Amino acid sequence: MTSISSASPAFTGKDPDHRLFGPLPDVQGEAGYTESHPARVGFFTDTSVCIGCKACEVACKEWNTLPMDDSHGTRDTMGLSGMSYDNTGQLGANSWRHVAFIEQVRTVDLPMPTFGRPGDDRQGSSPSPAAHDHPDAQAHAQASVLNAEALSEFDPQTGQSGTDKQVRWLMSSDVCKHCTHAGCLDVCPTGALFRTEFGTVVVQQDICNGCGYCVPACPYGVIDRREDDGRVFKCTMCYDRLTDGLMPACATACPTQSIQFGDLDELQARADARLATLQSQGVETARLYGRDEDDGVGGNGAFFLLLDEPEVYGLPPDPIVTTRELPAMWRAAGKAAVMIVGAAVGAVLSSRRPQ
Amino acid sequence: MTEGIATPGGGWRRADGPPAETRKKKRKGGRRGRGEVAMVDDVEFTSYYGRPIIKPPVWKTPEVPLYLFFGGAAGSAAVLGALGEFTRRPVMTRSAHLFAGGGALASVVLLVADLGRPERFLHMLRVFKPTSPLSVGTYILSPFSGLAVATAGLHVLGRWPVLRRLAGVGSAVFAGPLATYTGVLLANTAVPSWHAAGTQLPYVFGASGMAAGGGITMALTPVEEAAPARRLAVTGAVVELAMMQKVETDHGIVSEPYHEGKAGRLLRAAKACTAAGAAVTVAAGRRRAGAVLGGALLAAGSALTRFGVYEAGMASARDPKYTVVPQRERMAARAVADHASTVTS
Repeated sequence: MTSISSASPAFTGKDPDHRLFGPLPDVQGEAGYTESHPARVGFFTDTSVCIGCKACEVACKEWNTLPMDDSHGTRDTMGLSGMSYDNTGQLGANSWRHVAFIEQVRTVDLPMPTFGRPGDDRQGSSPSPAAHDHPDAQAHAQASVLNAEALSEFDPQTGQSGTDKQVRWLMSSDVCKHCTHAGCLDVCPTGALFRTEFGTVVVQQDICNGCGYCVPACPYGVIDRREDDGRVFKCTMCYDRLTDGLMPACATACPTQSIQFGDLDELQARADARLATLQSQGVETARLYGRDEDDGVGGNGAFFLLLDEPEVYGLPPDPIVTTRELPAMWRAAGKAAVMIVGAAVGAVLSSRRPQ
Repeated sequence: MTEGIATPGGGWRRADGPPAETRKKKRKGGRRGRGEVAMVDDVEFTSYYGRPIIKPPVWKTPEVPLYLFFGGAAGSAAVLGALGEFTRRPVMTRSAHLFAGGGALASVVLLVADLGRPERFLHMLRVFKPTSPLSVGTYILSPFSGLAVATAGLHVLGRWPVLRRLAGVGSAVFAGPLATYTGVLLANTAVPSWHAAGTQLPYVFGASGMAAGGGITMALTPVEEAAPARRLAVTGAVVELAMMQKVETDHGIVSEPYHEGKAGRLLRAAKACTAAGAAVTVAAGRRRAGAVLGGALLAAGSALTRFGVYEAGMASARDPKYTVVPQRERMAARAVADHASTVTS
């Protein structure tokens, strides 16, 4: 452990190209680790195969001994949110995984009511006819269990309701993004938040003094303060398990491999392939979120495959690390400070001296 | 981006839930004329059950807004005091320094009280991080408060004038940054209405500090010595009103929270107090009663500005609209720019 691992890449003296934002190929190296550090790890959460079982939430609570919260983050209360199967509500100090549930409908133009297996009647009105026009579509469908055909045939995420409506459930297990440029880490004034040798972002609970600055600094609203404790808490990507060579609890518990853990490079390649598969099968709404290293936070250590716009899942569509704009703000503060002294000097000089 | 702001791909839309998550809001035409970015009349956006995306700050109120106020006012007073030392204004110097010392002490107490673990305040001093305005602020407030309290103490003791002058000048060096860094402190967050105004808030807070520090010094000083305090106060009030006007109009939808609800009421009251305080100071600042009234109004206006700006940020953090819509606009603008560059190349 070096003494500068809580520093932003801006001030480690290595002067990389992207100090406050943009891609950083070696985020641990920028944080001061020697070249022999382990590879950067991450989560790839493929929401197209999430079944909303919340095993990840439970495993996380169990392993990290997190207290109970209701859907508004109120400690030690149990309550139903009344908005869906989601009674966790949000990520917070005591919820480091949060499964979002969204029920959606769309109207389809069908000639007549149909019966039978869900999906059988979708042949003429699937999201895109591309999958059927493609001669290899059937081969693709058989080659992979986790493809769009299989989803539409067997998965409750897309079903038929009545004659002119399709219904689908979106389920997504949200988590701390372990950003390449982490706002929480940048603004932490005590160095409690630090970059681990795995490239993740973790709070040292014996250092945190509960200033709360990281809470509004996170563009995703992940980290939060435990009010009766005074300190902030968030996902550690099971730092304790990682150091012992184990997978994080949530990824271990996930029964559908919706949460995949591994080296970030490998996960990114896997996600790109998965996206290509889905798109070739006509799932036009699939997109990767947090994968782009040119985004406002330099890419996420924990990224997602989503089936709708990010904000539908409660994710910001175009997050930026707040410190990207900090140099301009510091310049303004410097000039404003000069303004005060200048105005005071002017006020004194322009006033007649008392006798 | 081929989809509009609220059209998720594939025609899917939310099946259930309250209407809150997809809201239409008609802009009242012309209510916010010039600063408005002409893009959409209806603001339509999607969210997860209307829940906020970012977490609102967990800072305590009134501790933090009061800290912002005292920091600014004490900082400006310390500058006035240091200048007064060398221009034969002993009473103004003394009152400015006494207020600066008291304000500095109050700032430290308020900041420590805001911590979740106040007994760990010193953990702030184990690192120095220019990326953290709170860390930088700690290294501004600590020397400032030490020097300002020492200066005030030496005034009370009435001894060692050379030491007192040194301490006074030392505190004045940190005073300007103390008054303006708090703007960066708020702006360097994901809170939309603060972040967007990131290069304006330091001026607002600095000028507001000038109005309050000058006004309070003026109120505590015999009028014949208080001319610099009056001028600093009026200058601060004018700049504060002008800069606040920019904050409230320059930023499209994220300027909205500065007009609405509690924040809007606080900021309207702030403007009334500041403008009235400046007017009273100009008209009657050379009479004792006028100086006291003007100073009190300016201080109240400055404090209300901090509370109003604080509340506006809280409101913008609680409503996902202010997070989603500006980000969508940013993406749309980028898409247009990308398209333009591919067409021309």
